[in-house]
Amino acid sequence: MNFDLSEEQRLLESSLDRFLAERCPVARVRELFDSGEGLDETLWRGLSELGVMGLHLPEEYGGSGLELLDLAVVAEAFGRHATPGPFLEHVLGGLAIALGGSEEQRSRWLPGLASGELRVSLALAEGEDRWQPEQWQLPGGARVSGVKEHVPHASGADLFVVGLHGGTLGLVEGSDPGLRGEPLEILDRSRPLSRLHLDGAGCDLLPRGAEAAPRMRDAGLVLLAADACGGGIACLDLAVAYAGTREQFGVKIGSFQALKHQLADMAIHIHPARGLFWFAAHAFEHVPEESAVSAALAKAHLTDRFLDVARASVEAHGGIGYTWECDVQFWLKRAVFDRAFLGDPSCHRRRVAEQMDWSE
Amino acid sequence: MDFSFGSEYEAFRETVRVFLGENWPLRGEEADLSESERARRFRRRATEAGYLYRNIPRRFGGSEQPPDLLEAQILREEFGRARAPMELTGQGPQMVVPTLLEWGTEWQQERFIPKTVEGDYVWCQGYSEPGAGSDLASLQTRGERVGDEWVIHGQKIWTTHWNRAQYMFALVRTEPDASKHEGISYLLLEMDQPGIDVRPLKQITGASEFAEVFFDGARTPADWIVGERGQGWRVSRSLLKHERNMLGSGARAQGLFRSLIRLATRVERQGHKAVDDPMVAEKLVELMGYVRSQQYSSYIQLTRELQGGESGLLPLLNKIGNSNIAQQISSIALSLLGSDSLLAPGANPRGTTSGNEKWMNQFMGSLGESIAGGTSNIQRNIIAERGLGLPRQESPASKDEAGGER
Repeated sequence: MNFDLSEEQRLLESSLDRFLAERCPVARVRELFDSGEGLDETLWRGLSELGVMGLHLPEEYGGSGLELLDLAVVAEAFGRHATPGPFLEHVLGGLAIALGGSEEQRSRWLPGLASGELRVSLALAEGEDRWQPEQWQLPGGARVSGVKEHVPHASGADLFVVGLHGGTLGLVEGSDPGLRGEPLEILDRSRPLSRLHLDGAGCDLLPRGAEAAPRMRDAGLVLLAADACGGGIACLDLAVAYAGTREQFGVKIGSFQALKHQLADMAIHIHPARGLFWFAAHAFEHVPEESAVSAALAKAHLTDRFLDVARASVEAHGGIGYTWECDVQFWLKRAVFDRAFLGDPSCHRRRVAEQMDWSE
Repeated sequence: MDFSFGSEYEAFRETVRVFLGENWPLRGEEADLSESERARRFRRRATEAGYLYRNIPRRFGGSEQPPDLLEAQILREEFGRARAPMELTGQGPQMVVPTLLEWGTEWQQERFIPKTVEGDYVWCQGYSEPGAGSDLASLQTRGERVGDEWVIHGQKIWTTHWNRAQYMFALVRTEPDASKHEGISYLLLEMDQPGIDVRPLKQITGASEFAEVFFDGARTPADWIVGERGQGWRVSRSLLKHERNMLGSGARAQGLFRSLIRLATRVERQGHKAVDDPMVAEKLVELMGYVRSQQYSSYIQLTRELQGGESGLLPLLNKIGNSNIAQQISSIALSLLGSDSLLAPGANPRGTTSGNEKWMNQFMGSLGESIAGGTSNIQRNIIAERGLGLPRQESPASKDEAGGER
């Protein structure tokens, strides 16, 4: 019986924490946030050198052959540091090709994705919140035309994994003349989104795309849940630190019981929920029959709790919490992103309910 | 990450299953015995087999097994699955016995433990007082040494099992000149005596599980003190080390959640099972997020305990996590009950009602759960001060309290 991270995973966690504290401290997050660039090339190269981008990809294609839990440890660290950049969609795009691609597609794309020399994005969502594979309507084929919503870091992506009608997947190259990205005004400026117009763009279908798509979605839910867990704990830590320094009525505000109780409630919301994404990540490879339900449950619960805790953290900071100057805003906006991306909690709870046999 | 218990433990699980298959439920003539007698006989057998009262020496009626968190977990799972009785619950077996094992003299252990384990001795607790609730250490009931007896004056409140208990374990101020926490002793006493007056309290449900207990010169022998004079506070705080106290937390929430699911499967709404209503199902899944969090948190604590590590904040979050879940469950149950919630539980003869109204006991009970054993607000103080490291609030009594533990 061992329900905990391994020695190696803890090592990965602490080395990433050190790396991010040094290379992307919150002051740098603020710069990227203000500029709206989202992508920091130096940071991207540094993370790629750490092996983060191919952690989960097969070794024969330059990856490390590790599992979703390892990737989730990375995602949690990114959430903790509110790290900007195209991590989520990149690792999910690689996963989709590894799971659903032909030998030729895998050897063409995976080594570049694993090393970070190439960058992939995801074009999944359609209007009316159609994030799930069974909801995609964009007709597939050698050429595809239509619109995809909320495509992250579209600008400069070498490749797009595109969700197609029938719940399958295709690859469209970033250089295709039939592609046009239309940047959106976004809330979480650390992860820019675009509307992607496809006009007869060349599309290379993944032969096992229909099997890969729900798996990729489940992995995405786990990574968003992990990000939310890290982000939620960061919000609590920020509020606790503020309560321990700010003084009013001649004492630290952290000595007031009303604030203590608010902070305790934040801890009650977020800390015990970490096991949800641990188990869902573990189930992805090891308990396949529970994978879909546990991923959806983790995403729904943790992203809701992240938003609760982020809101409470803003409130605990008082007036300063409502300013652009206060760092909590990065996490509050990240919480909204984590909650909505790949479908909101309500959508995933309904999916869980449909798969539950309550009579057991 | 590895959820298996390993082959050695799976073999243990198999042995337990075989034992349960052969011994529960009781068969033949024994099947007709009263429920409590069946449970008593089964417990005796399960103890002989080494499955119950594992931390109690054989000479005191236990099975004297080395502490093993995984075996304890397997026993909980397998006994739960077979719906077989586990150890007696209540303040005698769960509080007095471990306290006596750690602090009692040999004769106290011999005198009280075996019959408490067997269920012959029922205990009630004399801790809270009208003026000493969350601030328990300010208790004022006083005990004076007169000859070879303690003579006790004062009042206790929230005493459960008052109608069945032969004995009380009580915190009493015996050293009036010592500081708040150092002046208390842990005394055992007989309930049936002229100096004790028990007055039942009618509680919010209408039942009277609690009583006020008045002491007017109640007496108990000098050697019925557990630990030394003035050590009572420490004696009363020291029973959280045993394997059974470890988990439970996750299992309880799951059990209650399963009952709620059964209710939602049974109750109909406009010709459909409530559970098939998407709004209800979504609520249930939201709750499931909390229930599973609690379960996984207990696995993490178990893992770290097995490896001798620290669980940080998590253990401090168990009680309030459970209370919050019980509260959410009662709120969903209440909306599932509809008009059945208008009926008093138990008061209506079966046949005229659906039986669902017994959930109103859970509803009321969930309120009690956030109060008993340290209110949720006290839990929040503990989480904030011990877990998050926030400064203690300045209060008139804080200087005195600084030396004590809560």
